[in-house]
Amino acid sequence: MTAAVFFGCAFVAFGPALALYIFTIAAEPLRIIFLIVGAFFWLLSLLLSSLVWFMAGSITDSKDGPVQKHLLIFGVLVSVLIQEMFRFAYYRLLKKANEGLKVINPDETAPSMRLLAYVSGLGFGIMSGVFSFVNTLSNSLGPGTVGIHGDSPQFFLNSAFMTLVIMLLHMFWGIVFFDGCEKKKWYVLLVVLLTHLLVSALTFISPHYGINLVSAYMIMVFMGIWAFFVAGGSYRNLKLCLLCQDEDFLLFNQRSR
Amino acid sequence: MATAAGGFVANLGSPGLLHLLSFFALLAGLCRGNSVERKIYIPLNKTAPCVRLLNATHQIGCHSSISGDTGVIHVVEKEEDLQWVLTDGPNPPYVVLLEGTLFTRKVMEKLKGSTSRIAGLAVSLAKPSPPSGFSPSVQCPNDGFGIYSNSYGPEFAHCGEIQWNYLGNGLAYEDFSFPIFLLEDENETNVIKQCYRDHNLNQNGSAPAFPLCAMQLFSHMHAVISTVTCMRRSSIQSTFSINPEIVCDPLSDYNVWSMLKPINASGTIEPDDRVVVAATQLDSRSFFWNVAPGAESAVASFVTQLAAAEALHKAPDVTTLPHNVMFVFFQGETFDYIGSSRMVYDMEKGKFPIRLENIDSFVELKQVALRNSLELWMHTDPMSQKNESVQNQVEHLLTTLQKSGTGVPAVVLRRLNQSQPLPPSSLQRFLRARNISGVVLADHPTVFHNRYYQSIYDTAENINVSYPEWQSPEEDLNFVTDTAKALADVATVLGRALYQLAGGTKFSDNIQADPQTVTRLLYGFLVRANNSWFQSFLRQDLRSILGDGPLQHYIAVSSPTNTTYIVQCALANLTGEVTDLTREQCQDPSKVPNENKDLYEYTWVQGPMNSNQTDRLPRCVRSTARLARALSPAFELGQWGSTEYSTWTESRWKDISARIFLIASKELEFVTLTVGFGVLVFSLIITYCINAKADVLFIAPREPGAVSF
Repeated sequence: MTAAVFFGCAFVAFGPALALYIFTIAAEPLRIIFLIVGAFFWLLSLLLSSLVWFMAGSITDSKDGPVQKHLLIFGVLVSVLIQEMFRFAYYRLLKKANEGLKVINPDETAPSMRLLAYVSGLGFGIMSGVFSFVNTLSNSLGPGTVGIHGDSPQFFLNSAFMTLVIMLLHMFWGIVFFDGCEKKKWYVLLVVLLTHLLVSALTFISPHYGINLVSAYMIMVFMGIWAFFVAGGSYRNLKLCLLCQDEDFLLFNQRSR
Repeated sequence: MATAAGGFVANLGSPGLLHLLSFFALLAGLCRGNSVERKIYIPLNKTAPCVRLLNATHQIGCHSSISGDTGVIHVVEKEEDLQWVLTDGPNPPYVVLLEGTLFTRKVMEKLKGSTSRIAGLAVSLAKPSPPSGFSPSVQCPNDGFGIYSNSYGPEFAHCGEIQWNYLGNGLAYEDFSFPIFLLEDENETNVIKQCYRDHNLNQNGSAPAFPLCAMQLFSHMHAVISTVTCMRRSSIQSTFSINPEIVCDPLSDYNVWSMLKPINASGTIEPDDRVVVAATQLDSRSFFWNVAPGAESAVASFVTQLAAAEALHKAPDVTTLPHNVMFVFFQGETFDYIGSSRMVYDMEKGKFPIRLENIDSFVELKQVALRNSLELWMHTDPMSQKNESVQNQVEHLLTTLQKSGTGVPAVVLRRLNQSQPLPPSSLQRFLRARNISGVVLADHPTVFHNRYYQSIYDTAENINVSYPEWQSPEEDLNFVTDTAKALADVATVLGRALYQLAGGTKFSDNIQADPQTVTRLLYGFLVRANNSWFQSFLRQDLRSILGDGPLQHYIAVSSPTNTTYIVQCALANLTGEVTDLTREQCQDPSKVPNENKDLYEYTWVQGPMNSNQTDRLPRCVRSTARLARALSPAFELGQWGSTEYSTWTESRWKDISARIFLIASKELEFVTLTVGFGVLVFSLIITYCINAKADVLFIAPREPGAVSF
């Protein structure tokens, strides 16, 4: 019966990513490629962070509680920096690739940078979500549940929601970050880096799931609204959309596809 | 962000295990025991399982399903508590934590009757041992493999006269369909009980609230039905497969034997050479795998025989005695006489230096440590004594024994009614093959004095071996207990009797067993194997087999076992002599003049500590202590369904473990699943709508040509 927990948590953590993939990515081969390359770049960043972590671990070579704690904070800091570095590297690569695509195939329109930002952000998000959650997810199969040492029994559900927020945040960060790079607004990059650090730091107070989750979701909402405007959304558009004042829905749909 | 998520996981479990680290561990292929798992499970490390054994017709023991059996823990401290488990409790199946005193046939039968509500059983050790006695063995041990049968001495068959182990409840020979584990560590038992009290204890008889404390027991056995089936499967596998999956192995090990006067071990002795055999058994068992302290049922008797061998070897005229004396320690006697039946088989087939015809007389030591008064009882076989010449020989044997007992006031040898049958003993296997004169010495005239025969409680306390608390281990080793003194007296009687039976007359009274030897052996086998004396006579490579606890005397399938090695080394040390050979010469003495590998066994031992306790003084010991294979002839002959020879096999298994954890309620699981579905459906709808209206929502003013979403 613990398969119920497994599927419940898996749907919570990966359901939105699955929906996004099905409706926005899967239809276009090029988008799939960019998604996977994005995920690969995130993996590279993880490889580099783990090398740093390993070296730091072997240099300090201590099993003390406080030293380990400091090492953990240091590891998170370095990892966030490296991840953002790789995001930037991926941006530069896409920029070059986009120009290359235009040269090879001038008839077809190359995907816009805003689209690529969304796809790569989702790639980053999916990979980081998978890596942070699969171990926990495999343990959720049971037969046991968390709590024998007095921990919260909601551990799995909390982990799933945390994974979800991280995944969505990566997506929004990707959109905002790439836009900042395009418009050469470097303070945007700093904001992305700082919010990333903030969310990472929040996980250190993890036994207090409430504060942890609520603040992470607040940051996500903030980043989501920002990304919405960056992507070309506006109040007017939203209103039009919600009130169905645009052109005929079905007709429009057929035309666009 | 992954790092932060890792921190999220790691910070909950144990500080310091970041998921980056677990990623590195994953790279190294060590993806086990992560922090989440440690948050969920408490492994139980000091447990002993009950495993499946098989013979020609049956399977006995316990087993679990392949993925382990899980159940809610219920502590049963008195018999009324069973009611909850068997009928009332609303959350079956249950794993019962049973008090050691309740591990009785009556309770087990109740549990066996409702297997659908029982997932498994964890038994805690009763302290002190149950006062009414406890023996999981049967009332008539090794029935059917001794001398008496329906065609030969039918009145004695199936212990018709005397149920020797009258306390035996037969649990160790039952088949259970659920796993049973012994909890050896009191601290772990308390952890489980605390978990039970915190989560499962119901106020005023109502059902306790989730989460509940549960236990999972893994002891999946590969073999089924019987030895015939499992050996056939194994042999088919090994015929056709390069990588055979063996499902069961025969119980086998080595007998230890030595001669008073060295003989050529690779040849055979002359037909008219006479040999007096002194025999005893090395092994015991209990309900649980590899828990076989066997203090009274094995240790006391083989320790006595070791002391007697030492005493006899010290007699000045041993080399000129007319007869030779053979000391033999049979392994696997608990399981239908594996060791003795193999030796008889080898003697008959001429694969052993001594033939059955060479045996002059046979003296066997059975349980001897629990003498109520001074008496030591001499058991003989009524059937073979129907032959007049055998009867005369037995009469001579008994007279000699009684005569040699006269010099030792603490032991009075007593005859029994001539029509009383033999207790279960190795002598029965020899009598099956040939009418020889033999006697079995024991502390009981009829039923066993041992109330814990082949049980986990047959420990040092059972034979009253105890030490003053203030002593150090080294002082304990040399502290002569009363039991040691009593056993040394028995050893003296045995030594003198063997001397006289071998034809010696002059120095009978000089033979005296050393209580110091007995007490050191008892300490090593029953209290602490890792002691300075055992270390000094063991081979270098065997140093690590000594643990801080007592030795276990289960025969097992991987041989030789620790007991066999240690008894061989002890026998070599007690009866052999130290030579001045170097290490290389000791390993290959054939190049050294005056040394003969056929006559002697050479062992390079660690030796005692030197005077300033820093280094050992290794040396070469020359003795006649050898090993002889103790694998049942049934497997040699391929007769897996044999009724003549022992057919016991032990099933194989992959994983034996136990752990406790909490299980969540069905409601919480259902809520999680519903939330998951909700999130999935919601996100599918939202994404579809946004994607459909992307053109309206997201206007790209500066890139009119680009495809947007």
